[in-house]
Amino acid sequence: MSDHASHAGHEVHEHPDWKQYKWVALILFAITIVEVWAYYIPAFVASSAFVPILLVMSAVKFSIVVAYYMHLKYDNRLFIALFVGPLFIAMFTITALLLLFGKL
Amino acid sequence: MTTYASSAPEQTGIWSWITTVDHKRIGTMYLFTALFFFLFGGLEAGLMRVQLARPNQAIISAEMYNQLFTMHGTTMVFLAIMPLSAAFFNYLIPLQIGARDVAFPRLNAFSYWVYLLGAVFITFPIFFHIAPNGGWFGYAPLTTNQFSPGANIDFWVMGLQILGISSLAAAFNFITTIINMRAPGMTLMRMPMFTWMSFIVQFLLILAFPAITIALVFLLFDRFFGTAFYDIAKGADPLLWQHLFWVFGHPEVYILILPAFGLVSEILPTFSKKPLFGYNVMVYSGIMIGFLGFGVWAHHMFAVGMGAVADTLFSMATMLIGIPTGVKIFNWIATLWGGQIRFVTAMKFAIGLVGLFTIGGISGVMHSSPPADLQQTDTYFVVAHFHYVLFGGSMMGIFGGIYFYFPKMFGRYMDEALGTWHFWLTFIAMNLTFFPMHFSGLLGMPRRIYTYDAGQGWEKFNLASSLGTLLLIIATAIFVINFFKSRKGGLPAPQDAWGAATLEWSIPSPPPEYNFARIPIVTSRSPLWDLKHPEMSSGAAHADADPVQVASANAVPLREETEHHTAAELGIPMPLNTVKPLLTALGIVIMFSGLMFIHLDHFALAMAVSLSGAALLIGSLYAWLFSPLE
Amino acid sequence: MSTATAAATHDDHEHVHYTTTGLDNRKIAVWAFIGSECMLFASLISTYLIYKGRSRVGPFPHETWTSPTGEVFKPILNIPVTSASTFVLLMSSLFMVMALAAVENRGKPGYGGLKGNSKFWLATTALAGTVFLGFQAFEFTSFVHEGLKITTNLFGSSFFTLTGFHGAHVTVGVLWLLTLLAIDMKRGLTPKDTLVVDICALYWHFVDVVWIAIFTLIYLIQ
Repeated sequence: MSDHASHAGHEVHEHPDWKQYKWVALILFAITIVEVWAYYIPAFVASSAFVPILLVMSAVKFSIVVAYYMHLKYDNRLFIALFVGPLFIAMFTITALLLLFGKL
Repeated sequence: MTTYASSAPEQTGIWSWITTVDHKRIGTMYLFTALFFFLFGGLEAGLMRVQLARPNQAIISAEMYNQLFTMHGTTMVFLAIMPLSAAFFNYLIPLQIGARDVAFPRLNAFSYWVYLLGAVFITFPIFFHIAPNGGWFGYAPLTTNQFSPGANIDFWVMGLQILGISSLAAAFNFITTIINMRAPGMTLMRMPMFTWMSFIVQFLLILAFPAITIALVFLLFDRFFGTAFYDIAKGADPLLWQHLFWVFGHPEVYILILPAFGLVSEILPTFSKKPLFGYNVMVYSGIMIGFLGFGVWAHHMFAVGMGAVADTLFSMATMLIGIPTGVKIFNWIATLWGGQIRFVTAMKFAIGLVGLFTIGGISGVMHSSPPADLQQTDTYFVVAHFHYVLFGGSMMGIFGGIYFYFPKMFGRYMDEALGTWHFWLTFIAMNLTFFPMHFSGLLGMPRRIYTYDAGQGWEKFNLASSLGTLLLIIATAIFVINFFKSRKGGLPAPQDAWGAATLEWSIPSPPPEYNFARIPIVTSRSPLWDLKHPEMSSGAAHADADPVQVASANAVPLREETEHHTAAELGIPMPLNTVKPLLTALGIVIMFSGLMFIHLDHFALAMAVSLSGAALLIGSLYAWLFSPLE
Repeated sequence: MSTATAAATHDDHEHVHYTTTGLDNRKIAVWAFIGSECMLFASLISTYLIYKGRSRVGPFPHETWTSPTGEVFKPILNIPVTSASTFVLLMSSLFMVMALAAVENRGKPGYGGLKGNSKFWLATTALAGTVFLGFQAFEFTSFVHEGLKITTNLFGSSFFTLTGFHGAHVTVGVLWLLTLLAIDMKRGLTPKDTLVVDICALYWHFVDVVWIAIFTLIYLIQ
């Protein structure tokens, strides 16, 4: 974690603008449609690509909400550390537990 | 050397304590409450040792024995060692980083009141012989209704849930405090080692507690609403609880030990008159311990048969943790090396930690090997191991911390003669109690049995342990006498009671309510040594100081506060006293207590109590949020 | 939790306190809280996935189940309904950023009319959250009618607990939004209140991303 004492006193607040908000919403909407659509294609559901592709789509949605709506992309790096560190440990824990219970 | 005459608290009386939001007063309340529960848990252990002193005794019933070992573990972990650490977090972190208070003073008061009320909630059933009886790690399905009917486990589940709220709230508070309340120039790598270790502990808390919260929610739902989480008949996995519990439980071990490591890292340099050896490496190894702590939980479960791959991976990760821990031990020894050692009581306890923790650490590495662990698990060998790290480690560090910081907290030294008696008796008694457990364990004596037959070679070891416990109780009694005697009649202490290096010693003892009349500007890791021995301060430490800040301090980075003024005279805004955090805490506890009536088939009453608790919670929370802090 | 709201809702005492990083304490606390919440939902999601396919009796999420008595239970998850509620929750995040932008830019050019109407956006966000909760109430009751209770099987226990926890978070979020709305109605939120709205928004979006994960992991992957 870095120390931000050097540029103290002034918070960088460069929020994404209105246009970006709309684009993000549109992408979220589009991905959700694709996800649900994929759910109704039995051949695709049965294929081994289904789960990874769905996880990737979900991760994209997750990331753009965090990056733009939670403006982590534009905010202090400290917040990235506070969020990504625990998120990493949480995902490690999920993965390890699923492996231990023979689910992966 | 001046000033014992310092800040008499401006408010007195019980109400001022109930409504206080001052981190020092809250720290003091944590200290007294946690010491009380330390004694309580110690007496529980004493009763168990009486029962086990000789084979086939029937002084205590099997059921009572179950309640005693469960409450001894629960009390020591959640009601004694964690809050004792919290006492130091509260008292020291703001002083060490040069802040006037924590980031959220009222939240801090809330944490304490939740702790106190939760502690009472989980403790009082033992007086009615309905205390929790499922062991401190409460393995489900043993703790489900089927095998543990009655209210015992309910008290445990809800008590831990309440205590978790306290720890989490405090952790968010201290993370924010350490990140954001540091005095100018107090960069992360200039922070005192205690603050650093505490910082790591707060992250362990916020990441470990959610796992047990969820495990407890499942258990609560199973017990109260008939869900299937731990119901084997419905296909549940008996290992689910164990995994979730130890995902919490292993980081919890570091939550218990790292604050003591931090205290020792303050004590050893002070009484060696040398800076801490390898500061950076100490920080990194602390981070490493915390981080690896999340990847080793299943070494508590080698005996359940997870398979060769899982056993191997967790075994290797566990051995890996030995490295940063060993680094710390060697750094402490190197700190002592060539120092001008003053062998005061605090120093004795600190060195005691280095020695005794190492013994516990080594038996820990023995457990990391699954084949060895299979022999040792659930025997007294394990009991010996974790008492060496928790008593020999955490408690030795905390005792050292109390002797060290007593002058800061109360303006008087603790008695050295009594302290020396306390230390040597504790040291001897501790080894007499716990070392024989290695042998009785290797001879096959299981944990948690309320009695045993003669002729298995366990008698003399058990007798030794029981005598040791008696001696420990005597030693602790000496400590208690010393504590209360010194508070009133100890030698007056100056503000820099020991010639230490860090900021808390630059202000009067006890500190005024606002801590620092002027926020200090920090230019090195040893600000007070620089001030007193400018000729010895190393240029290297100053090299990265922000020139603007140093200049703004007029080249006087720090001064010793020798005069006392009130906050009003200095124009320092202080947080207002308030009772709302206590009311909010009370609401939470009432809300949980209401659920108890469900098992007594008073559903309407349960709802009434829980809802009135919730109403109190929400009402006082809103009142709190909408009233100004200062 | 209380951390974030703690000092958040009153700002009549706007002392400019020195902070090390120049950031506001409350925002650091809320991010730490969100980090902690990651572990909370990780534990819930892990349990759901561990218990997936281990229930001894139906109804099941994605498979048909014939009971020993010959009764047939169809797959219980209702993807169309949940897709609709997911959509509503995703859109609530858009409304939330609009509310924040309206408060932050109040009075600036280009933020007149609807775009600058923070009350409208706060109200629509809260409304969307309430609609989501309505969908959840509908889903829960219809599951119970179809024979899935929290006590029925491992799927029922872990499903209701996981989504119920999420629903509880949405409920807290709705109350938080309504509180902000009440303040806005009473005295009007100004750019000085940006942070107060921002931390509520962070919480709200986090609850949204948790749902993004739940929707994929629980509803779509079979």
